[in-house]
Order: sequence, then C-alpha cells, then structure tokens
Amino acid sequence: MHSFGYRLNGLLTFSVTILAIMCAIASLSDNLNTPSPSAEIQVMNINWFQKQPQGNDEVSLTMNISADLQTLFTWNTKQLFIFVAAEYETPKNSLNQVSLWDAIIPAKEHAKFWIHTSNKYRFVDQGNNLRGKEFNLTLHWHVMPKTGKMFADKIVLTGYSFPEEYR
Amino acid sequence: MGLIGDTVDSIKSIQTRQLLNQAVSLGMVVTSALIIWKALMCITGSESPVVVVLSGSMEPGFKRGDILFLHMSNDPIRAGEIVVFNVDGREIPIVHRVIKVHERQDSGEVDVLTKGDNNYGDDRLLYAQGQQWLHRHHIMGRAVGFLPYVGWVTIIMTEKPIIKYILIGALGLLVITSKD
Repeated sequence: MHSFGYRLNGLLTFSVTILAIMCAIASLSDNLNTPSPSAEIQVMNINWFQKQPQGNDEVSLTMNISADLQTLFTWNTKQLFIFVAAEYETPKNSLNQVSLWDAIIPAKEHAKFWIHTSNKYRFVDQGNNLRGKEFNLTLHWHVMPKTGKMFADKIVLTGYSFPEEYR
Repeated sequence: MGLIGDTVDSIKSIQTRQLLNQAVSLGMVVTSALIIWKALMCITGSESPVVVVLSGSMEPGFKRGDILFLHMSNDPIRAGEIVVFNVDGREIPIVHRVIKVHERQDSGEVDVLTKGDNNYGDDRLLYAQGQQWLHRHHIMGRAVGFLPYVGWVTIIMTEKPIIKYILIGALGLLVITSKD
C-alpha cells in the first residue's frame, strides 16, 4: 500500500486534479470582469469598385479604425483577436459577412489604438449586388484565455454605403 | 533489486480467481472511459468533443500541443468563430477561423471560408480540388474552450508509438502484480 508505485500514482492523480480545478477557477474568474469597450470606424476612401470577369463585384477601401478595448483584458487573457467585417444583405443571401482586416492584440497596453489601413482581405461579393448598397462595419473581438472558456462579442457600426456606380 | 524480486514473487503467487477479478476490474475501467467519451459526444453534439492542436497555423493563440473543447449546435455559423472541419480526402481535421460567411435567404445553407490566424492566405489551397467554400456538413464543431500543453501526451504517443507500448505494458504489469 505504500510502495513507490502507489505513492507516485497518488501524487500524480492529486496534482492533475488540483491543476484542473485551478484552470476551472481561472476561467470562471473571467465572468467577474465587466468590459466597456468602444470603437469608431471611418471609411476614408473607396479606392476602386469593379466587377470581376466572373461577374462578382469587388471593392477596395481604406479605413481609419480606432478603438479602446483595454477593459476586455483580465489576468487570464492571453490575447485578443479582433477583426472588422462588412455585413450586408443581398437578394440571394440573407447575410454576408466579409472580414476586411484583423489583428492580434497581445497585451492591455496595445488595446487602445488607431490605424489607417486598406482592406487586408479581398472584399468580393457573390454576384453583383453592391452598387448603392448599405452595409454595416462590425468590430468583432474574441478573447483567447490563458486557460478555459473563450468568449466573443462585437460592436456594430451602421450607416456605410457603396457608391452608386463602378469606379 | 528488491523491487524486481518483489515483482517476480507476486507474479508467481497469482491465483485464478484473483486474476479473473482483476480482469473484470480492468474491463470496468476501460468501459467507463468509453461511456464517458460517448456521453461527451452526445452532450457536445460533436463527433470528437476534444481535439489536439497539431500545427502552428493558429499561433500565438493556439500552440501545438494545446487541447480544444468543441461544441456543435444548430446556431448559424458566423465570422470569427473557430471551427474544426474535415476536408474530403484528408483524415486529420483542421482548426481555423471563419473569415467569410454567405448565408442563403431561403434554405439557410451557408458558404464559409476559413483561414488560420498565423497563415498568410486563406484555406482555399487546403480545400478539395475545385472547392471554393466549406458547407455546414464539413464542420464538426466550434472551439469553445482550451487547455494549454495537455495535448502533448497524445502527440508523443502518436508520433513515437513505442512510448505507448511501454506505458500500456507498465500499467498492465501494475494491475497484475497488485494485491487488490
């Protein structure tokens, strides 16, 4: 009952159990945080707006993105993955979400930022429905913890629209 | 020397009834593990409720050796979610983030494009020949939670099977030679 094997087994089981409980508590402590993030996106310029040979609309735009996401960080946060998606509706599709830009924020100090950028990923529609269409720009964030449950939320900014004609 | 002597003595003193008892206990442990695994599959709605991260394509968020807890529900798939999907013809599932979603008005069917956080381009190169989008039936689950480093045990056992055999051999020896 007191051989080396039994003692090792007992020790391992106990330490794994304690580690698991600590991870669970760390994850639960994230619920105590009440975040108050803010963000603003301006479309500075529509660089070009064309119809591809295959028939799909494509647009390139330049945005000013500024946000303060510092309150989302807790001691259990490893990084914040944020991205800006354009969301709009077309006759064929009830929802289209196209990610335009994303970034990883590794620490609280970097969570208050301002960036001037064109879209990192190509903005291509399924079809040619974009002329004159209104769209929302949504800033999504995904909190990736050091251990435990991941959670996500977003801020929806409305009032953007495409030009009436290709250019 | 004493440890080996004790082991040899205890192997010599095995009786049939005791051996059968231990075989049944071992069987119970294995079946309990299987029951827990299948129950997890039911609760999370996913074919594999826990996966190990095998590549570095989602760094620095998920490193090789982390494990992810998956959950599948009928909620619509939205951009930003981390999904686990199977490509036809590939056996290893891939864990990447959804960057584009196009959902049909009438049927609710959805076209999805994914990309690893640490990759430069999207996953179209990984999809099957001629496939531009993923559909709902390719997706096995969404990642909802994560534990670091725990998956290294699985990676080591898969990549160096000799360690698996040593471990199972040692466990078997421990079970046989224990007095209870």
